[in-house]
Amino acid sequence: MSTTTAEATNTSSSKQTMGRGRRVALIGITMLVLMSVTRVWSGYDDLTSSGTVGAALRLTVPILLAGLAGLWAERVGILNIGIEGMMILGTWFGAFGAWKWGPWVGLVLAVIGGMLGGLIHAVATIRFNIDQVISGVVMNLFAFFGVRYLSELLFVGQPQGGISQSPPQSSAIPRIDVPFLSGGPIGSWTTPDIFGWFEERHWFLLGDLAGVLKGLTSNLSLASLIAVLLVPISAWVLWRTAFGLRLRSSGEAPEAAESLGVNVIKVRYIGLLISGGFAGLGGGFLSIVSSSYYRQGQTAGRGFIGLATMIFGNWRPSGVLGGAAVFGYSEGLKLVAGGSITGLFLFIALVSALVLIITLSAPVMRRLVTTAVIGVLAFLAYLTVDEVPESLTQSLPYVVTLVVLATASQRLRPPARAGVPYRPGGAH
Amino acid sequence: METQQRRDAAMAVRLSGIGKRFPGVIANHDVNLNVRAGTIHAIVGENGAGKSTLMKTLYGMQQPDAGTIEIDGTERHFKSPSEAIEAGIGMVHQHFMLADNLTVLENIILGGEPARRGVINVSEARRRIQEIVAALGAEIDVDVPVSELGVGERQRVEIVKVLYRGARILILDEPTAVLVPEEVDELFSTLRRLVDDGATVIFISHKLDEVIQVSDDITVMRQGTTVAETTPGSVDRSGLAELMVGSELPSPAGRTTAIGEQVRLRVTDLVVPGAEGRPAVEHASFDIHAGEILGVAGVEGNGQFELCTALLGLRTSSGQIEVDGRDVTRSGTRARHEAGLAYIPFDRHREGLMLNAPLWENALLGRENDPALATGPLINIQAARTSTVGIIERFGVLTPDETTPAFALSGGNQQKLVVGRAMITEPAVLVAAHPTRGIDVGAQAAVWDEIRRARDAGMAVLLVSADLEELIGLSDRIAVMFDGRVTAMLDPDTTTPAELGGHMTGSHLGAPR
Amino acid sequence: MSADKSGGPLARILTPSRASALRTSGTTVASSLGAIAIALTICAILLAVTGKNPIDAYSTIIETGASGNKLLEMMRRATPLIFSATAVAIGFKMNIFNIGVEGQYLFAALIAAEAGSHLALPGVIHIPVILAVAMIAGAAWASIAALLKVFKNVHEVISTIMLNYIALSVIQWLFENFFRDDSGGGLNVKTTLLPESAHMPDLVDGRLNAMFIVALVTVAIFWVVVYRSRFGFRLRASGFNATAAATAGIDARRMTIIALLLSGAVAGLVAMQSVTGEAFAYGPNATPIQFGFAGITVALLGRNHPVGIVVAALLFGFLDSTSAELQLAAVPNSIVKVMQAIIVLTVVIVNEATIRRMNIRTAERARNELAAGGAA
Repeated sequence: MSTTTAEATNTSSSKQTMGRGRRVALIGITMLVLMSVTRVWSGYDDLTSSGTVGAALRLTVPILLAGLAGLWAERVGILNIGIEGMMILGTWFGAFGAWKWGPWVGLVLAVIGGMLGGLIHAVATIRFNIDQVISGVVMNLFAFFGVRYLSELLFVGQPQGGISQSPPQSSAIPRIDVPFLSGGPIGSWTTPDIFGWFEERHWFLLGDLAGVLKGLTSNLSLASLIAVLLVPISAWVLWRTAFGLRLRSSGEAPEAAESLGVNVIKVRYIGLLISGGFAGLGGGFLSIVSSSYYRQGQTAGRGFIGLATMIFGNWRPSGVLGGAAVFGYSEGLKLVAGGSITGLFLFIALVSALVLIITLSAPVMRRLVTTAVIGVLAFLAYLTVDEVPESLTQSLPYVVTLVVLATASQRLRPPARAGVPYRPGGAH
Repeated sequence: METQQRRDAAMAVRLSGIGKRFPGVIANHDVNLNVRAGTIHAIVGENGAGKSTLMKTLYGMQQPDAGTIEIDGTERHFKSPSEAIEAGIGMVHQHFMLADNLTVLENIILGGEPARRGVINVSEARRRIQEIVAALGAEIDVDVPVSELGVGERQRVEIVKVLYRGARILILDEPTAVLVPEEVDELFSTLRRLVDDGATVIFISHKLDEVIQVSDDITVMRQGTTVAETTPGSVDRSGLAELMVGSELPSPAGRTTAIGEQVRLRVTDLVVPGAEGRPAVEHASFDIHAGEILGVAGVEGNGQFELCTALLGLRTSSGQIEVDGRDVTRSGTRARHEAGLAYIPFDRHREGLMLNAPLWENALLGRENDPALATGPLINIQAARTSTVGIIERFGVLTPDETTPAFALSGGNQQKLVVGRAMITEPAVLVAAHPTRGIDVGAQAAVWDEIRRARDAGMAVLLVSADLEELIGLSDRIAVMFDGRVTAMLDPDTTTPAELGGHMTGSHLGAPR
Repeated sequence: MSADKSGGPLARILTPSRASALRTSGTTVASSLGAIAIALTICAILLAVTGKNPIDAYSTIIETGASGNKLLEMMRRATPLIFSATAVAIGFKMNIFNIGVEGQYLFAALIAAEAGSHLALPGVIHIPVILAVAMIAGAAWASIAALLKVFKNVHEVISTIMLNYIALSVIQWLFENFFRDDSGGGLNVKTTLLPESAHMPDLVDGRLNAMFIVALVTVAIFWVVVYRSRFGFRLRASGFNATAAATAGIDARRMTIIALLLSGAVAGLVAMQSVTGEAFAYGPNATPIQFGFAGITVALLGRNHPVGIVVAALLFGFLDSTSAELQLAAVPNSIVKVMQAIIVLTVVIVNEATIRRMNIRTAERARNELAAGGAA
């Protein structure tokens, strides 16, 4: 009896670990093939051009950081509806720091601004036991008007500054082209641009792959690099360190954690500070890297899109990256190629993503086939409609989030106690 | 045999004269417990006999008012579980303290992670766990999330977790309550191996067969104190059951009115699905007549709660339920109330009261459709308050007034309000779960009188209780529930303690009835 | 009820309970005032730290209020807040967090404005029809969240956030493709203007229209329904203790759906002051936004109680109305909004602490009164 169950769980576990590595590869390959097919079929070369991908990366980063902010908060057991507000603090403090002392100081100040928001949320929800949603909602309002007040004090009267805008910054975060891959220079020698050469050939799959890789390796802001590196770092800290285990335990079973000597309160404070810091960095990226000044409404709901990516990224850093990339890519495509093709992409990508998520437990091949079939069907459906209005495609991320929650919620694994207030000593 | 040789071993745990009182309740008094090192020591007793309080005291979750605790011959005062853990005591709770979404390995090492500069040393953790698991003679896949494990495996994880922290004395709180028979056998062999390796196990149970099968020594608790120490060799099941229940049962109070002819509640072949695919109630069938009280005896968790909530329509079930001849099987809860069912819930805080609302609103809950308490779509507040005052007076609820919020009342007075609310409607059938739990003796008698009066007026009662005095004193028949089934129907006038205890603990199962 | 039964509980009904009710609401008011005082102090420090004179700021605010000419402005600004806060409060009464008022009222504004412009009815009917359409549209949008919650177990906080954004897209799509009327010309595009018969009468010419009365009536109905009706009792019971309510036979799913529909219906009225009385149409730049979130703060500040909501809405309306004067006094007028956020956060925190302490005191008092009664 015991051996058979042990064997059974053994196989299921190995299947699962295999599944995780494969899942990422599977989604990547499926997406690339879909995009490549669509590009050749429709002739829109911008679908996989390095320009589109580069823009996509810049637009992905803030959403990614917002999603990671949500992830760090919920992993320690606290809902963070206030990410949007913490990002707003980040945009303002970042722009202020960058304007006064340069972009790197700006990014640091953005992180500090966001952490300030995280601290307020922590004190309200942990120390004073305020409802986590209420605290988050008030945080958003407080941040929005708080930075308006600060702008009125510090930006009004400055050259090009005003109540809703900061003066422009004079310097930016350096951008790099990777040598050999994307023709970046070594000293004064310009290295060959390998990805660029392949991209220009527009070969099926190979050209697309090169375009994507060139987009990721050329004109790359160091801040983007840092942001993307935060994904494996988050995963490593949360899943490989003792500290990370304690963080997650406080969001999964705080009573058990406390009974084993984990200081749940302290861990939750730390989690919210990190969450605020990530959100602040995301805001700083918007006001320092994406543009060179702070502007009111700059975050444009990205904090909430971040929450959405956290949900259908299944509360995992890699999932958040995937979700953020889909949103960032569709925005980037819109910038480079205009609206209608974006609608096409979004439609196919999100439908495919949906199928992938819904069929999480199915065997790999069947999932691949199902996804491909549904993707083609979605494309055909798209062709029969003359044009999907852009205003409607904009809401697709939110619709997909709702559909995922309604249809696949059993397959999502949110931290068991996210959103549930915890008082130490509750186990007794 | 091996353990026999260690008979003379020193005492691992010695509790002397332990007393613990809570407001209004004496949970433990003059408790003496001697656990020899390297043995399995069973503690048996009914619900409310004080076992859990005693174990919480030993584990440092609460401090005793009197008495001493000695571990391995040294007197100890534990202010918290972590101090008890340091002294080598580990507890496996009945409700597992595990994080479902974390892996087995993560659950085990949490708080005591082997780490190099903060990074968990997984291979070291794996090695340590494997050592423990091997010593137990079990197999555990440490990389799966706990949510994928069955109950038995989760329990093994809890045991490993405790051992990982170096526990030498293990407390297991009703470990077999949630297990299927094969898992019980595995658990027992695990425990055997543990004591063979020199650990000491304290094992709390109701199931006398298991106790006799696995333990070296047995301590019996009753009404908050230890009443007997014995060994499996010197006592049989019925002797043990008698020790547990007490040598004498209270005598049933005679009744003057006769039980009516009319069947007021008829339950036919009721099956209530439970967790883990096992039915919580299996094929229960019974009638209760007008003016009859059917008692339900049984150790808690044997399907009584599921039976009651299924009767109220709060959980799905199959079978048939009739109230006064009316089939309510397909009806919702409100319709069943209106058909004449009333309910005194198991847990007044969870199922019964709105703690932050005033008493009159609490008394109105479930009765807001009563025409006497409403004016059209509006509530007749004056009538509702007057009615509440009626309940307060009749059931002796001690409160400043009916606008006092429910949380401000003592538990006993809250209970009286809940009882009053159920009985004021003069229901056809009263489903009463522990109607006098937590209330003082005088008020208890008053509630019993009310139930008797309503019974004499023709009400049928299903009385679930752990209080044998209540059960025998009120019931006309006693159904015993064990493992989701009604295993016996006893006559309170003639039943013996051994018989009742035997049925409640399942040791009569299979024996000719 | 007679005085001669001095020992019996009947005699104790009225006096002590009234006293305790007074005590409770007295503590509520006192704690709220105390919290506002704390918040104002925090704001004063904030002003001082940022180099502004808090005394100047506060005296400007007080003078503005004392001059009395802001009264109508205050009521005008309070009107949408009252609707929005009431909508939020209905949900709160059964622990449902409707963050989606924003999307619900904007959707309702578009639909009601469009529907109203196609109707030709006498004013007595025309206006109520538009309001009814707005309520139905608001409820319809809220029903999505309700159905997702009841049948798919999707938490309403997430679903209403997502639905807010979806509403913006849907509104934009409907407006741009179907309802946009360019005949008016200019940059300020709107739906077709409402006919004269659909214009909400003014209470004071051009400064306050009758939606303020509708708001007060709505709050009054809210009070009767929630605190006096059997339905409201079930609603509150589900909020107090969902398990106990279900045990008593209250259908939780049904209550959830009705509560969210009602909440959405009231939300539908938020922009009607503008649609029927000021802009006479829906327009992306004409219809006020952000009132959904403001409503949450007003509901919190007013503790979800009708009287509290009206007072809080008037307070916020008043603070909003002083911004012009503040600007003249060289105080950044966004301090008003910061002040509002700080007030709400402080009030929520102080309330939480007060309630906890008050509960302990009530329990103690109950024990003491009984002990005293037992001795006598």
